[in-house]
Amino acid sequence: MPAPESPSVPVKLKRSLREAIAEQVHDGDAIALGLALESGIPFAAVHEIIRQQLIAAWVGNVAGGSGYGFRRAYEQGQPRRIVMEDHSNFSVGLALKAAAMGLPYLPTFTGIGGDIVRGHPRIRPIGDPFGGPDLLAVGALRPDVAIIHVQRADAQGNAHLWGNLGLTVEAAYAARRTIVICEEVVPEAVIRSDPNRTMIPGFLVSAVVEEPGGALPSSVQGYWRRDFEPFLAYHRTSRTLEGLQSWLREWVLDLPDRPAYLQHLGEAALARLRVSDRRPAAEANFAP
Amino acid sequence: MTSRYTRRELMVVAAAREIRDHEVVFVGMRLPLLGFGLAKATHAPDAIGLFENGVIRDRPAEAFIYTMGDPPNIVGAVACLGLVDVMSLLQQGRVDVGFIGGAEVDPLGNLNTTRTSSSGALTRLPGSGGAGDIASLAGRTVLIMEHEPRRFRERVDYVTSPGHFPGRRRGGPATLITTLGVFDLSTRRVRAASLHPGVTPQQVREATGFPVTIEDHTPATAIPTADELAYIRHADPDGFWTGDSMKTG
Repeated sequence: MPAPESPSVPVKLKRSLREAIAEQVHDGDAIALGLALESGIPFAAVHEIIRQQLIAAWVGNVAGGSGYGFRRAYEQGQPRRIVMEDHSNFSVGLALKAAAMGLPYLPTFTGIGGDIVRGHPRIRPIGDPFGGPDLLAVGALRPDVAIIHVQRADAQGNAHLWGNLGLTVEAAYAARRTIVICEEVVPEAVIRSDPNRTMIPGFLVSAVVEEPGGALPSSVQGYWRRDFEPFLAYHRTSRTLEGLQSWLREWVLDLPDRPAYLQHLGEAALARLRVSDRRPAAEANFAP
Repeated sequence: MTSRYTRRELMVVAAAREIRDHEVVFVGMRLPLLGFGLAKATHAPDAIGLFENGVIRDRPAEAFIYTMGDPPNIVGAVACLGLVDVMSLLQQGRVDVGFIGGAEVDPLGNLNTTRTSSSGALTRLPGSGGAGDIASLAGRTVLIMEHEPRRFRERVDYVTSPGHFPGRRRGGPATLITTLGVFDLSTRRVRAASLHPGVTPQQVREATGFPVTIEDHTPATAIPTADELAYIRHADPDGFWTGDSMKTG
């Protein structure tokens, strides 16, 4: 899609990423991110959180890859001890869905017979009031902040997202505050032309950030391919604490913001990753 | 003429053969991504694939994918929904077969991907992801594992994905595909259904930390056909998933 003109509508919620993180994310917050699973991971926001030295109490990365940094923290308390609340993908989804529905819990059959649910602080056995078999109740999980990367949003935060959704919608509905990071801020007419694609209504949104490439190295359908090499390079270099620290300096701490990250990646890499092909959806006629 | 093939290509073929036509498949990561595509291209053209990120496909992706969220897995999908939507279909009983992997397995088909102290020190593993859900809720599960003694335990340290247990509502482990063979888990004991060509019963026993039944007439795993290999090499052209140094055949 060609670069849009700056929208002339009021930009009530529009912030730079630095402002949005400073205003919306606080020490001790529970943050939900990485919600679409492997695509649309808001890495730019995570880097900014690290730069601002915020300490998150609970980062809901449902993908939960066994990163070396994560393992050092869990196994050895380096650089600091972390506490895990283990979930399956469905149970954390139900925890967010319960909060999104305004319920204290949702019942489920998943996890019965396994160790995740044993002594779990948020999952308890429950009987079926209609006489069926016993279930598990998954308690509501209400993040303080959900950080979501989408293709486009208007300045009021109404967000169009397409492709796999993962837990994006549940998290935005459940969270106290939602930061929408988008590839493009578009005129509201674009959003209203296709309301079925609005996954997050703007009145739930606290800040809108236009940050093209903000999800790299993860993919954004129609905008960016997945950049595989950084995932492998991070895996190799983070094997040691020193390696992780030098990676952090190169890609996070010594760079002021996401445009600097993109510049550091280089134009050749960006050209390889940027989607220029067109596979547009068929038109949907909304005429009354 | 027999084509040369890798151990992992053989495992993809074995995985594909676990899918019957018209079945609804909860597709896992790694080898099952290819197994689903191969089944669709050969004996199960009407199988449907669900991915936990919300994608529903009735044909494989047109280009190589590393993860279920890669853009080629979205293009041409029949639906892109959310995780709770596809997990709800799983919970409802709409899924015939699901694929899962693990770091450790025991004779009941319990899988551990959470934490282990088998090496003496605590090792944190990635956690459940969707595996615990597939193990709990699918009509049957197919397990895919590296066959090593430290991974095949009498009892796993932690049950991330439950196998057979009293009072199970439905499903449970049906088949275990490893780097050495294919094993039947449906009878709650581990019985070799086939050993990969060149693998001896002794090798399997040495690599398995619990008793495994291997009958005298246990067949060799059927080797990939030329068509099967052609599909796999089209879908994984650089051998990212299926390349290995153990060329056999």
